[in-house]
Amino acid sequence: MTLSIPIVLVAVMVVLFAVGVYLLLDRSLTRVLLGFLLVGNATNLLIFLTSGAFGAAPIYGDAEPIDMSDPLPQAFILTAIVITFGVSAFMLALIYRSWRLARESEDAVVDDAHDLELVDAETLTTDEVTDEELERAPEFDELGADADENEDTREGRA
Amino acid sequence: MGTMATILLALSCSALLIYPIVRRMRRNGFFLAALPLAFAFGVLLPLGAPGDPVVEQLQWLPQLGLDLTFRMDQLSWLFALLVTGAGTLVLLYCRNYFDDEEEGLARFAAVFLGFGASMLGLVLADNVYLLFIFWEATSVFSFLLIAHAHKRRTSRSSALQALMVTTAGGLVMLVGVVILATMSGTPNLSEIVASPPQGAIATVSVYLVLVGALSKSAIFPFHFWLPGAMAAPTPVSAYLHAAAMVKAGVYLIARLGEGFAEVPGYRETLVVLGAITMIGGGVRALRQYDVKLIVAHGTVSQLGLLVMVFGVAEPNVAFAGLALLFAHALAKAPLFLVVGIVDHRTGTRDLRRLSGLGRQAPGLAAIAVLASLSMMGVPPLIGFVAKEAAFAELLDAGHTLPIAVLAFAVAMLGSVLTVAYMLRFLWGTFATKKQVQLCTIVHRDSPSTLVTPAIFVALTLLGGVLAPRFDSLLWRAMPGTGAEHLALWHGLTLPLAASAIVLALGTALAIFLIRGNRAVPVASERFTASHVYWLLTHWLDVIAVRLTSLTQRGSLPFYLAVILAVTAATLGGTMIATAAFPMGMPLFTSPVQLPIALIMIGAAFFAMRARTRFQAVVLVGVTGYGMAAIFALHGAPDLALTQALVETVTLIAFVLVIRRLPQRITLRASRWKRWVRAAIGGAVGLTIGALVLISMAARSADPISLQLPELAYLGGHGANVVNVMLVDIRGWDTMGELSVILAAATGVASLVFLRTRVDTLPKLGRRDARLQVQEHIRRVNDPKDPVERRTWLLAGRNLDPSRRSILLEVVVRLIFHALILLSFYLLLVGHNSPGGGFAGGLVAGLALVARYLTGGRDELGATVPVDAGRILGAGLALAATMAILPLFFGQAALSSAWIDLDLGPLGTLPLVTSTLFDIGVYLVVFGLVLDVLRSLGAEIDRQEEDDLETALDETATSRGGAS
Repeated sequence: MTLSIPIVLVAVMVVLFAVGVYLLLDRSLTRVLLGFLLVGNATNLLIFLTSGAFGAAPIYGDAEPIDMSDPLPQAFILTAIVITFGVSAFMLALIYRSWRLARESEDAVVDDAHDLELVDAETLTTDEVTDEELERAPEFDELGADADENEDTREGRA
Repeated sequence: MGTMATILLALSCSALLIYPIVRRMRRNGFFLAALPLAFAFGVLLPLGAPGDPVVEQLQWLPQLGLDLTFRMDQLSWLFALLVTGAGTLVLLYCRNYFDDEEEGLARFAAVFLGFGASMLGLVLADNVYLLFIFWEATSVFSFLLIAHAHKRRTSRSSALQALMVTTAGGLVMLVGVVILATMSGTPNLSEIVASPPQGAIATVSVYLVLVGALSKSAIFPFHFWLPGAMAAPTPVSAYLHAAAMVKAGVYLIARLGEGFAEVPGYRETLVVLGAITMIGGGVRALRQYDVKLIVAHGTVSQLGLLVMVFGVAEPNVAFAGLALLFAHALAKAPLFLVVGIVDHRTGTRDLRRLSGLGRQAPGLAAIAVLASLSMMGVPPLIGFVAKEAAFAELLDAGHTLPIAVLAFAVAMLGSVLTVAYMLRFLWGTFATKKQVQLCTIVHRDSPSTLVTPAIFVALTLLGGVLAPRFDSLLWRAMPGTGAEHLALWHGLTLPLAASAIVLALGTALAIFLIRGNRAVPVASERFTASHVYWLLTHWLDVIAVRLTSLTQRGSLPFYLAVILAVTAATLGGTMIATAAFPMGMPLFTSPVQLPIALIMIGAAFFAMRARTRFQAVVLVGVTGYGMAAIFALHGAPDLALTQALVETVTLIAFVLVIRRLPQRITLRASRWKRWVRAAIGGAVGLTIGALVLISMAARSADPISLQLPELAYLGGHGANVVNVMLVDIRGWDTMGELSVILAAATGVASLVFLRTRVDTLPKLGRRDARLQVQEHIRRVNDPKDPVERRTWLLAGRNLDPSRRSILLEVVVRLIFHALILLSFYLLLVGHNSPGGGFAGGLVAGLALVARYLTGGRDELGATVPVDAGRILGAGLALAATMAILPLFFGQAALSSAWIDLDLGPLGTLPLVTSTLFDIGVYLVVFGLVLDVLRSLGAEIDRQEEDDLETALDETATSRGGAS
């Protein structure tokens, strides 16, 4: 068959992707899940469109292979549908859990605390080693080393 | 495997073995640690004595040109003896130097031996890549050794500084080495030097290699790490910085000088840099109050001298340079060892506090004096002999190479400084000073600590006196012609006068500084190379932190937005720039596509703007059903069936969860954020749409799926091509999918149940159920009473009467078995017509959903008395068995076999083994739905009831308490 992909279906896919991505970027976990579902559907449609052209159902004996719809993308999509269901069930459980833990009225995506801490850090670990410091560094501990020489000080860390 | 490779292997193994030994034996383990190095010394000594180069080669990675090629010519032999001999002596010293209670002893011994092995490998390696590996290994081991006292900040910082400088230099060296090896066509250093490549690129690469050598040998501008590295324990300083590691750079320069001396600027660069280092080091040494720092800066200065001498790159001068190198190693090591003993004994290294030590420890003082005299170049020690030779050869070479004259002049000046700071060292450590209190002995050392320094010093004496005997060894290492013998007395020559002048001026300078208590003026700290290094690394850190905090904001929407925007930008940009947009695609190929598309687009759009969760969920469900319609109308019946069923179950699961959450979604981002998100969404959508059209238009070959129907029928004995593909042709995909489902189901259960995966539902066995029903039928007293009312479902009585719906119960009771039969039918006919394990499992799951929704969680427990985990596991096990079984019959995995049963008048019944695989799939899908219902349905019910109870209890107690 010659390739004939209906523009209408491409338009549907475009809209589903657009809305799905818009919802994925939201703060509310419910909207994120809905966006994920929409993107999943859109991706299935994408794979379906790679069949090229559509025809009869791929049952042997019903039609000539050239007139059948392409069964290879269909096998992929079947797998994808079920896996999408598994992942959305998991996300639902996540939504429930995070709502239950937070006990607020919303299921929201919170910012990562450790990443936020980094903003306050001035610098990391480099220290300068001057001759004076080397002079003061004793080789043997028991001979009255300065306390702050042996301490693990980290200036500049939040 | 040849001798050298065996020795290296033995040394590496002993580095590993020494760790538990020293842990057990503590200090005395160092005796055993010295054995491998001594053994290596003993084996290598006769091996190289005859004078011919010994070559060994082992294949390792021929594709990379990396072979274990070892070549021991005279130069390597001498270096190898130095490395192993010095290592043995220093390890013996360690035995007395460390205390038994010292922490990290075992680690120290192991790393020390590892360093020794790497250094030995470095001087023996001929393959340049192998050389590089050993080069980097020495950097790493020296890092570990310098940071031995790892709790101290100075140790850690100095070690890190040393590591960074030498490793950066090493990387630059690698580039140069690779270029040289590629240009010469051979990875062997001896061959590269024998026929050196010419040209601009070769010149550049030689300089790159020089960067590595200079950074390793602490030459300006890479000199600042060496004084810092004296934060290491004294044995480490003695071995690494006097005898071994820093000499690696000089060794490499000596090798390069044989072939690349004519490279433009080679000699000038090395001599000038060496000169700066020598003078700078000497001046700084005069400024120090810590005697260890005096020796450390002195080492820097001497390394400058060595590089200067080898930089002249004349064979005769190199011969003298070798003598200088060994003289330095033999003299500098005992100086470090002596400083260690002084520090241990008196507790201080500050020359303003040391006094009277010379009288208290005369043996120690004698050793130190002899070593210093060798450094200063006083006869009859080896230092004098070597320096004389150096002066003589430099003057000789000065006739043809003007740069040698500069080297001679700077060598003289530097030697003056050397004499001065060595005298300062001696005075500072051992003299009795009037204003200073006599120092006390804090820690008594056994006399055997003096043995090792004494041996070194004895060697300097022997080397000086017996020099003419030994110089043949050096001759053979640096083949040249007409070099003079090393001797104590050549006659009244110019070099002798030079040495005398140097001694006189140096002594005068020392007395001038000491008597007048003057300090040498030095430029301020801000202009030192060390400070520049710190500034560079500090600003690198600050920039890194700023950049990271700018991009890593911790916000998931931000990360997603960036990823998606970049994808759309790169893909879309590429498409706009390069690809042609295909024209001529039809708007629609079947009129029914238009209304379906409109409905889906509308539903998506309104789902975006929905305010309540339920609205949004239903609208997304509409798009799902729209997809099912599209599949049905475009020749994909299996897909349509599965999509519709999955969409239903998803909707139900969704509703089960959002019934606890609030109705309205109140989180609403600001206006411009929403516009940005919409823009990104639009960009992504349009990009992918264009992608589909362009890539499909680019297809030119026939799709392989034209052969699939025949393959499915003849090879898989099934007419439904999609199903045969899932369970047979592409069965591994399905195996993977089953595993994912199993994991997802377990995740769901663990997130909701928290503590256990096992069922807590009340189970009703068959016997009990039958008994219950019979008992109830007999005892109906009042049909009007809702509690006593007949139940259509087993667990119906346990439900709250207000939630029971009799209509629903009757309907479910009637259709349940039909649904189960339908699921079996779909499972079994799936091979030849639309259906299959997925559809069958989902239909059975829906039947389960119906019973749960009607009867509550007790009903669910009654329906399926088996644990969901067991069902899932059984399904996966069955599928895996069917996948592996064909292997036992000599077929590939997942092959299928079939028989056609002839049932006479009933026709033929085809039995295919892949149906068993499909049954496994059925069980897994059923188990998934069961798990979802258990967790998101029954368990949430139970938690809701618990919450209600606790809330009631709290109000009751608070009311009780208030009243």
